Amino acid sequence: MKISIDTACCKGCGICINICPKQVYARSKIRNRYGTAMPEPIKENECIGCKLCERLCPDGAINVEE
Amino acid sequence: MNRLKERYLRLDALPTLFCPGCGNGIVQYAAIAAIDKMGIRNDIACVSGIGCSSWIPCYLNLDVMHTTHGRALAFAQGLKLARPEKQVLVFTGDGDCLAIGGNHLLHACKRNIDLTVVMVNNHIYAMTGGQKSPATPKGVITKTSPGGNYEEPIDGAQLVICMGATYVARWTTAHPVQLQKSIEAGIKHKGFSFIEVISQCPTQSGVSIYGVKDPAYIMKFFKENSYIYKEGMDEPKNKIQCGVLKHDNDQPEYIDRMEARFK
Ligand SMILES: Cc1ncc(C[n+]2csc(CCOP(=O)(O)OP(=O)(O)O)c2C)c(N)n1
Ligand code: SF4
Ligand SMILES: [Mg+2]
Repeated sequence: MKISIDTACCKGCGICINICPKQVYARSKIRNRYGTAMPEPIKENECIGCKLCERLCPDGAINVEE
Repeated sequence: MNRLKERYLRLDALPTLFCPGCGNGIVQYAAIAAIDKMGIRNDIACVSGIGCSSWIPCYLNLDVMHTTHGRALAFAQGLKLARPEKQVLVFTGDGDCLAIGGNHLLHACKRNIDLTVVMVNNHIYAMTGGQKSPATPKGVITKTSPGGNYEEPIDGAQLVICMGATYVARWTTAHPVQLQKSIEAGIKHKGFSFIEVISQCPTQSGVSIYGVKDPAYIMKFFKENSYIYKEGMDEPKNKIQCGVLKHDNDQPEYIDRMEARFK
């Protein structure tokens, strides 16, 4: 799976980090344009492609591709 | 880039004005996923009132009417009567729909006019700074109930069932797939469809209702404290009732009735 996060739209709410059943995400030190800390897909290879993070991201900032 | 975002959102207007983790964004993506699945982009018109939740359609690259506080349903009924071929989708908040717009809601229900209403219930007037709304639960401290709310909240879904709405469902932001399916079913249904979404406003009601601001925690609370309604079931107490609460295809729709009368 290939996960990309849009720096312009992510607001760092942390929903994806907490909702992912495989704990793919962790909070990183990178800041988005909103000024908050972004999630980072640290275990991208463990992603099962359920796309829950994509659906639950309020800002459409996540894209999960096969 | 996210496929739905690219296709349906006005990219020049992003990011949205919603706070981080606001449920409005989740409702927005569930709605565009439904519109995308049904392939009705050119047949849909969105209407909203005033409030954070009423900003949901304003970012969409579709026909949108952002109207005045409480009057979304009045404008939507006018639009439907003038352009009956359009599918009209209304986005409204608990304050917009149940407080100032309460009377329009009752009359739209009783007419069974073919509209689909998505009411985002965050239990508060969020945009104006966190005042008590008709849906604020008992005991909750808000800007206008500093000693704790002592009124009974209005249950929007039960109200519209009594008033004659013919498709009624309730979900939370932790049920995005079911919400999308209900929006599709509501649009397909010929008659008044009402979908209530229990949503989080981490900024204004997070701490006073759930004790925390964290949106992920609140969504976990929704998932753990809700049940899916089935007819005749033993309903647990103090939990959020979700599911399709009414689906009646036998009631005549308003425009059909009018046309039959004046043919
Ligand atoms: C006629 C009128 N009265 C009052 C207001 C102030 N006002 C703006 S939004 C709002 C409440 C919105 O609450 P809700 O519909 O629940 O939306 P939310 O912000 O919670 O999503 C109020 C009272 C207004 N804009 N117009
Ligand atoms: S105030 Fe509440 S409802 Fe409004 S955008 Fe912020 S989180 Fe969302
Ligand atoms: Mg509200």
